[in-house]
Amino acid sequence: MKQSLWLAFDLKTRIFIALLALAIVIVPASALLTAPGSALNIPVYAIALMGKYLCYALLAVALDLVWGYCGILSLGHGAFFALGGYAMGMYLMRQIGARGAYGNPILPDFMVFLNINSLPVTWWGFQHFPYAMFMVLFVPGLLAFGFGWLAFRSRVTGVYLSIITQALTYALLLAFFRNAMGFGGNNGLTDFKDILGFKIDALGTRILLFCASALALALGVILARLVVTSKFGKVLIAIRDAESRVRFLGYRVENYKLFVFTISAMMAGVAGALYVPQVGIINPGEFAPQNSIEAVIWVAVGGRGTLVGAALGAILVNFGKTWFTGALPEYWLFVLGALFVLVTLFLPDGILGIFKRRQRPQVTVDPVGEAQHGDA
Amino acid sequence: MAMPNLTNSVLYLDGVEVAFDGYKALRGLSLVLERGEMRAIIGPNGAGKTTMMDIITGKTRPDSGEVYFDGWQDLTLLDEATIAELGIGRKFQKPTVFESQSVEDNILLALKAPRTVFATLWGRPAQDQAERVDSILATIRLAGQRRNLAQSLSHGQKQWLEIGMLLAQDPKLLLVDEPVAGMTDAETAQTAELLRDIARDHSVVVVEHDMDFVRALGVKVTVLHEGAVLAEGPLDVVSADPRVIEVYLGR
Repeated sequence: MKQSLWLAFDLKTRIFIALLALAIVIVPASALLTAPGSALNIPVYAIALMGKYLCYALLAVALDLVWGYCGILSLGHGAFFALGGYAMGMYLMRQIGARGAYGNPILPDFMVFLNINSLPVTWWGFQHFPYAMFMVLFVPGLLAFGFGWLAFRSRVTGVYLSIITQALTYALLLAFFRNAMGFGGNNGLTDFKDILGFKIDALGTRILLFCASALALALGVILARLVVTSKFGKVLIAIRDAESRVRFLGYRVENYKLFVFTISAMMAGVAGALYVPQVGIINPGEFAPQNSIEAVIWVAVGGRGTLVGAALGAILVNFGKTWFTGALPEYWLFVLGALFVLVTLFLPDGILGIFKRRQRPQVTVDPVGEAQHGDA
Repeated sequence: MAMPNLTNSVLYLDGVEVAFDGYKALRGLSLVLERGEMRAIIGPNGAGKTTMMDIITGKTRPDSGEVYFDGWQDLTLLDEATIAELGIGRKFQKPTVFESQSVEDNILLALKAPRTVFATLWGRPAQDQAERVDSILATIRLAGQRRNLAQSLSHGQKQWLEIGMLLAQDPKLLLVDEPVAGMTDAETAQTAELLRDIARDHSVVVVEHDMDFVRALGVKVTVLHEGAVLAEGPLDVVSADPRVIEVYLGR
């Protein structure tokens, strides 16, 4: 079974999973076995940075699953990422316990500061890791299900759907800014101390979080690959290319969209949950529409409808962003915009599209058939 | 006149009216198709041919009138997916195939099988499905192209692929909209042959402009004009009808 599973993946997926496995071995080895300052040593800040890129990559894979394979251009996937992040952040807040500035064993600092005297219901149970992890999947999944139920049944598609996903994340941004929501207002959640009993900024914890991110990304790619290569995946692609034709074949398009949108939101939630302990903070800024749009650019740059390309795009663009915002901070947004325009014009299939074209030059389009098609 | 015996007809339309922004596309259209019958529908542009197809497949709701399938199913109450599952397959005027997927995957998607999310997620194609795909590909003469992407097919081949997808659905009633538009003469003749084959065990409605093709089908013809039936009968009879000549030539 394991053998056949491996064989079911195409070459780029195998290479990508092998690279992630390699990273899981090399990064800890380098950090633990070599002396700090030596050429082979990966410093702790770099580990956290790479872990962050892997979380973005998982978000990109989730987005590619709905956009690249089902044609749902979500401009609000950052919302699911942020909700997963908040669920993890709430667990981390509860772990602080009496070590906070106000020393309250139950209430996080911001609640004491805001005169909230008892723990809101929304926070109940978050001191338990399994419950928090369940909520990481459940909250984004439930929101995506409810949103999708309304949107897909009403047959909202294309640019209209994109706009309301954007509105969704913007509405959440405004809601989470309010102190009355009980999630820390504009300061969000921060000052985390430990996770599962490990000190959150210790080298060992950083390494484990990096490895967990790499593992989650690999599992995300595998899951998405299994979905898109099944008959279900063929239906998804058919919906992307000719939605009404699929309806006339007797498929309930709204159910297919709802299922894949919910799965994708849950993947984004996991990505957000792994992101928060590595960056040390979650605040309403994560709901900003700009974040969701950036994620779309990662997918476009890497190659829409390839999964691995989306992950690659996320890693490369964010690497570029880190470098650029250090070297020429004012120009980053222009570079990002230019990147999107150039990729759309010259690399419509993204970076992975370059390899696709080289590998399969024998695919020819019948010029006669095309001409007739144009006339009809 | 006595009411037609509903249980014997596969399709029954009576007094169907529909208007778009005040324009009456159908004005009291009535049509009865017997089980196993193939019917050709002709008529000038704007006669309501495509709107009739939209009504039958649930894409458009009529403002008034009755639409029954299989003697008793009221199609005006159902949506596209339900109507497709009842056994009405539709081929569009413009060939609509899944361009980025292989020819055999196009057939596989259309093949009669459970359509739910979980069935397609876990289900693996069975042996009899593979045989069914083989036989359909042979019927539509695309066995040699089965692994090619549908976008690489010629226009005529796409039309056949779509007819093949209809066959794969194994519907009781096939609605075929302008199957030979843009085809060469040889392809047109082959398509007529293909449809006659299919009509042996299916009820078929063919909408077509091409008179040579309609003649080659050799079936009863219904002439639509301004959203209602103008004449009905064998092609030779209706084409001799002065009102039909007026509609086709008098403008």
